[in-house]
Amino acid sequence: MLELRQVSRRVSGQVHLSETSLQLQPGTLSVLLGRTLSGKTSLLRLMAGLEKPSSGQVLFNGKDVTGQPVQQRRVAMVYQQFINYPGWTVRQNIQSPLKVQRRPQLEIEQETQRVAQLLRLEPLLDRKPLELSGGQQQRVALARALAKKADLVLLDEPLANLDYKLREELRAELPKLFAGTGAIIVYATTEPMEALALSGMTATLSEGRITQFGPTLDLYRRPHDLITAKTFSDPPLNTIGVHDANWQGAPRGASTLAFRPHHLTPGMGSGSALAFNVSVISTEITGSESFIHVARGADRWVMLAHGIHVYPSGEQLQVHVEPAHLMAFDALGVSLDPSLRRAA
Amino acid sequence: MARIDLANVRHAYGRNPQADSDYALRHVNQAFENGGAYALLGPSGCGKTSVLNIISGLVQPSQGRVRFDGEDVTDLSTEKRNIAQVFQFPVIYDSMTVRENLAFPLRNRGVKRAEANRRVDEVLEMIGLKSRADRKARGLTADDKQKISLGRGLVRSDVNAILFDEPLTVIDPQMKWELRAQLKELHRRFGYTMIYVTHDQTEALTFADSVVVMYEGQIVQVGSPEDLFERPSHTFVGHFIGSPGMNVIPTTLDGAHVRVGEYVAPLPGLPRLRGEPKLEIGVRPEYVRMGAEGIPVQITQVEDLGRIRIVRAVAEGHVIAAVLREGDEIPADPHITIDPKGLNLYADSWRVDFSGDRK
Amino acid sequence: MKPVNQKAWFLVLPVLLLVAISAVIPLMTVVNYSVQDTFGNNQFFWAGTSWYEKVLHSERFWNALLRDLMFSAIILAIEIPLGVIVALAMPRKGWGVAVCLVLMALPLLIPWNVVGTIWQVFSREDIGLLGGALKGMGVDYNAVQDPVDAWVTLIVMDVWHWTSLVTLLAYAGLVSIPDAYYQAARIDGASGWSVFRFIQLPKMARVLTIAVLLRFMDSFMIFAEPFVVTGGGPGNTTTFMSIDLENLRASNELGQGAAMSLIYFLIILLFSWIFYAVMTREDAPRPDKAPDKTGGAP
Repeated sequence: MLELRQVSRRVSGQVHLSETSLQLQPGTLSVLLGRTLSGKTSLLRLMAGLEKPSSGQVLFNGKDVTGQPVQQRRVAMVYQQFINYPGWTVRQNIQSPLKVQRRPQLEIEQETQRVAQLLRLEPLLDRKPLELSGGQQQRVALARALAKKADLVLLDEPLANLDYKLREELRAELPKLFAGTGAIIVYATTEPMEALALSGMTATLSEGRITQFGPTLDLYRRPHDLITAKTFSDPPLNTIGVHDANWQGAPRGASTLAFRPHHLTPGMGSGSALAFNVSVISTEITGSESFIHVARGADRWVMLAHGIHVYPSGEQLQVHVEPAHLMAFDALGVSLDPSLRRAA
Repeated sequence: MARIDLANVRHAYGRNPQADSDYALRHVNQAFENGGAYALLGPSGCGKTSVLNIISGLVQPSQGRVRFDGEDVTDLSTEKRNIAQVFQFPVIYDSMTVRENLAFPLRNRGVKRAEANRRVDEVLEMIGLKSRADRKARGLTADDKQKISLGRGLVRSDVNAILFDEPLTVIDPQMKWELRAQLKELHRRFGYTMIYVTHDQTEALTFADSVVVMYEGQIVQVGSPEDLFERPSHTFVGHFIGSPGMNVIPTTLDGAHVRVGEYVAPLPGLPRLRGEPKLEIGVRPEYVRMGAEGIPVQITQVEDLGRIRIVRAVAEGHVIAAVLREGDEIPADPHITIDPKGLNLYADSWRVDFSGDRK
Repeated sequence: MKPVNQKAWFLVLPVLLLVAISAVIPLMTVVNYSVQDTFGNNQFFWAGTSWYEKVLHSERFWNALLRDLMFSAIILAIEIPLGVIVALAMPRKGWGVAVCLVLMALPLLIPWNVVGTIWQVFSREDIGLLGGALKGMGVDYNAVQDPVDAWVTLIVMDVWHWTSLVTLLAYAGLVSIPDAYYQAARIDGASGWSVFRFIQLPKMARVLTIAVLLRFMDSFMIFAEPFVVTGGGPGNTTTFMSIDLENLRASNELGQGAAMSLIYFLIILLFSWIFYAVMTREDAPRPDKAPDKTGGAP
C-alpha cells in the first residue's frame, strides 16, 4: 500500500501541493483528475520519489520511504511524450528494465514475448522506436513499464499526444493490461471522460489540493463540493445562484445550485421541476449528442440532448431540471446533499 | 474573405513519386465556400495538415492549382495570400506585450498608427483580452496565448481565410468549450471563412458546418455532422466518427432484406449492386436498442460513463456495442433490436445509396 | 520528520575536496600574501592594506585595467554580432550541418599558446605569409613595433580563435526554435529583420548571455596571445593586467602581485555579475508558476 501522510511541496514560496493525504491499495487503478497546474504532476513525482516533499511522509507497505531516491523504489513511469531509447530496438527497449534487474536470460526472453504479445508489438520487435507511429511508440513505453513488474506504475497523461481514436482504443486496453499484476496504478489526466472510462478510483485536484477521493462514479454522481463537481464535468457544469433560481425546494443554507448539462431538458417537466426560460446562443452537434448553448440572464449554460436537435440561435426555449438532478452547495461550496452529511 | 478551390491537387514530399502510396495527397478536389466553417478530420498521416499548408502556401503542391475567388494563387507566397493561421502550439512574440503582438501584422504591412490602434482595440474586445492588453504575452496561460495567435489573424481586414491546425491540443477540456464557443461566435458575427484541422471528432463536428473526412491522402466524405453520423459513406467514416464507432457486421442479402444469422431486417428498397461485393450492415451503437425482444445477446462488458453506458454484447458470434442512456435498464434476459432508421448497407465498404429517398 | 539518510554527503565530499584544493586554498594563499611582506627566509611581516594602496595608486595598474576593458569591449562588439551572423548563415539541415560544425569547432581545439605562436609566425614579415603579403602590398605592418598593428593583430587573433564559440552557442539557440514560429511570421508578413529581432534574438537571448559572459571573462584575462606575440609591447601598449601580474611575479613582488590579483578577481566578478543581472532581468518575474505544456513542440 502506498500512503501519503500530510505531504506538501513548496518551491521558492509557491505552493505546488498543499498538505495531502492519500492511501492507494495494490491492484487498484486511481485517476488524478485536474486542470493543468492543479498539482497532478507534483503528486506523481512525489509518489515516484523524483522529488522530496517539503513536509510529510511517504510510506510504502508501512515503511517510510520519504527520502528514498527513485532508483531504489520499484516504480515505472510513462509520460505524455513518447519516451523510449531511440538507439535500441523495441525488443531491447522492453528488455532494458529486466537487464538492469539482472534476471536470467531465459526469463528475460519469456517476459519480452509475453509483454510484446499483450501490447501487440510482436511484429515490431526488431524496429527502432522512431520508425513507429505515435500509438506504437507509446505501446513500447507501456511495455517497458509492464515488463519492469513495478509495484507502482505512474502514468502522466499517457494518451494526450495520441489521436482521438487511438486514445479510445488504448484507454480500453490499459486497465486490462495491468489487471492481475497487483501493482498500484496511478493515472493523471485533465479529461473527465477519461476518468469515467477508466473507472476505478478518482481523486480530483484543484490548486494543489485533493478535493475528493473515492470510487469514480461516486465522485461523479455525488461530489462533496462545488470544485469537485466542476472539475469532474465535461461539458462544463451549469450553475445558478439560489436567489436567481427562486426554487422552493432548495435546502436551507443553499447558495449555489448546479446541474449537469444532460439533466437540462426542454419542456415543463414534472410539477416539482425547476423550469426556466432561456434563449439559444448556438447548437453544436456530434451526431450522437447535441450541445445547445443557452443564456439565462448573465448565466451561460450547456444543454446536452441525445441525438440530433437543432435550435435556431435566438430562439426562446422553456427548459427544466428535475429536483433529483439538482445539486445544492452552501456559500463555501460544500454540498448540502443529506446523504453526504451523514457520511461526514 | 474568399472562396477557396483546390483543383486536382496531388502532393508528394519525396522526389520522383511513382506509386499512389508515394503521395501524401493522392487526389484532392475540394471547394471551400466563402464564409463557411469547415473541418478537415482524419487520423495522423491522412494528409489533412498537408491540405492546410497547401492552402496557406507553406507547401507547394506537386500538381494541381489553388484558387482564391477564382484567382490562381498556387505560385504566390504565404505573405501575399493574406491568410491567417493558428498553430497547435501557441506562437507568440515573447518580447512583446499582448497589444504589440496584435499590432505586429499591421505594422509589417505599413498600416497607419491610428488605424492600427483602432483595429487592435476592436480585436482585443473580440477575443476578450482587453484587461491584459499591456501585459507581456509570454506570461499568459496557454488558452490566452492561443487567443493572441488568433487575434493576429483577426486584426487584418484583408484576410481571405483563417486556418486552424489542431488549435485546442494544449487547452484544458473545460477551457475548450469556452474557446470553441468564442470561435463559433466570431464566425457567426463576422462570417470568416474558417478551416479547422483536427483528429478529434468532437471538435470537428461541433465546430464545422461541413466536415471533410480524410483517410490515406484522400477525401472519403464531405458532409454535415448529421450526414457523417447518420449516413457514413464508408465504413472508415462509420468507425472514425462516433464513440464507440459504428458496428459493422457481415451480412447476406435476401431480396430487399438483410440477414445476419436468424435476424432479418427490411431495407428501404432493392439495392442495385454490381458483381458480388462484400456485404456488411453498419449500425451505430446509438441505434441498437436493448429490451426483452429481438436477438438474444450475451453481455460481455458494461462501461458506465455517467450520462451513458456502453454495453458490449455478443450476438450471432459478433461483438455489438450499444449505447444506453442514464436510467435505461439492462434487462435480465437481454435482447437487442435495431432501429431501422440507423441501418446502413455497405458493399465493399462503400455505402449503398437507396435512390435518393434517404440522401 | 524522520532523519534523512546522511550518506549522500559522502558522495559530495570528493567535489568539496577538489574545490578546496583547486580554488579556496590558493585563494587564501593569495589573500595571505596580499596583506604581508617578506624578505625571504619564510619571514613574514604584517603589511595591512599597504599593497592594495600601492596598486590602486599606481598609474600602471589603471592603464592596464583600461586596456583590458577596451580589449574586452572591442572583442565583444565584434565577436557576438559576427558569431550570430555566421550562425544565421549556417544550414539547418542536410550534410552541410556536420561540415559546418566541424569547421567551427577547429579553432577551439587549438591551445592558446599555439594560437599565439601560429600568429606570431604568420605575421612576421620575413617568413610569415600575412606579414609578407602585407609588406608586398606596401603596407607598413609591424606588430612588435607599431602599437596599432599590435592591437589589430591581437584582436584579429582573438576573433579568429573564439568567434566560433559564439557561433556554436547561437546555432544551438537557433535550431531549438520550432518551425511554426517562422511560418507564423511569414503569415504575419514579417520582414527578415523582424524575424530576427522578434523571434530569433529573443529565443537566442539565454545562450547569448552565456556567450557574452564566457567571452568577457576570457578576454579580460587575456594572457597567452600578447605574451607570445607582442610580449606586452611596444612600450606598455599591450601590457594587460595578466601580463603585468606575470611581470610582478617574475620580479618577485609577491605582495603587490597578490593584491593586484585579488583586485583583478573582484573586478571580473563584478563585471560578470553586472552582465548577468542586466541580461537576465527580463526573465525574472514569471507569473506562470510552472512550465506549461506549450514548450514541448514536437
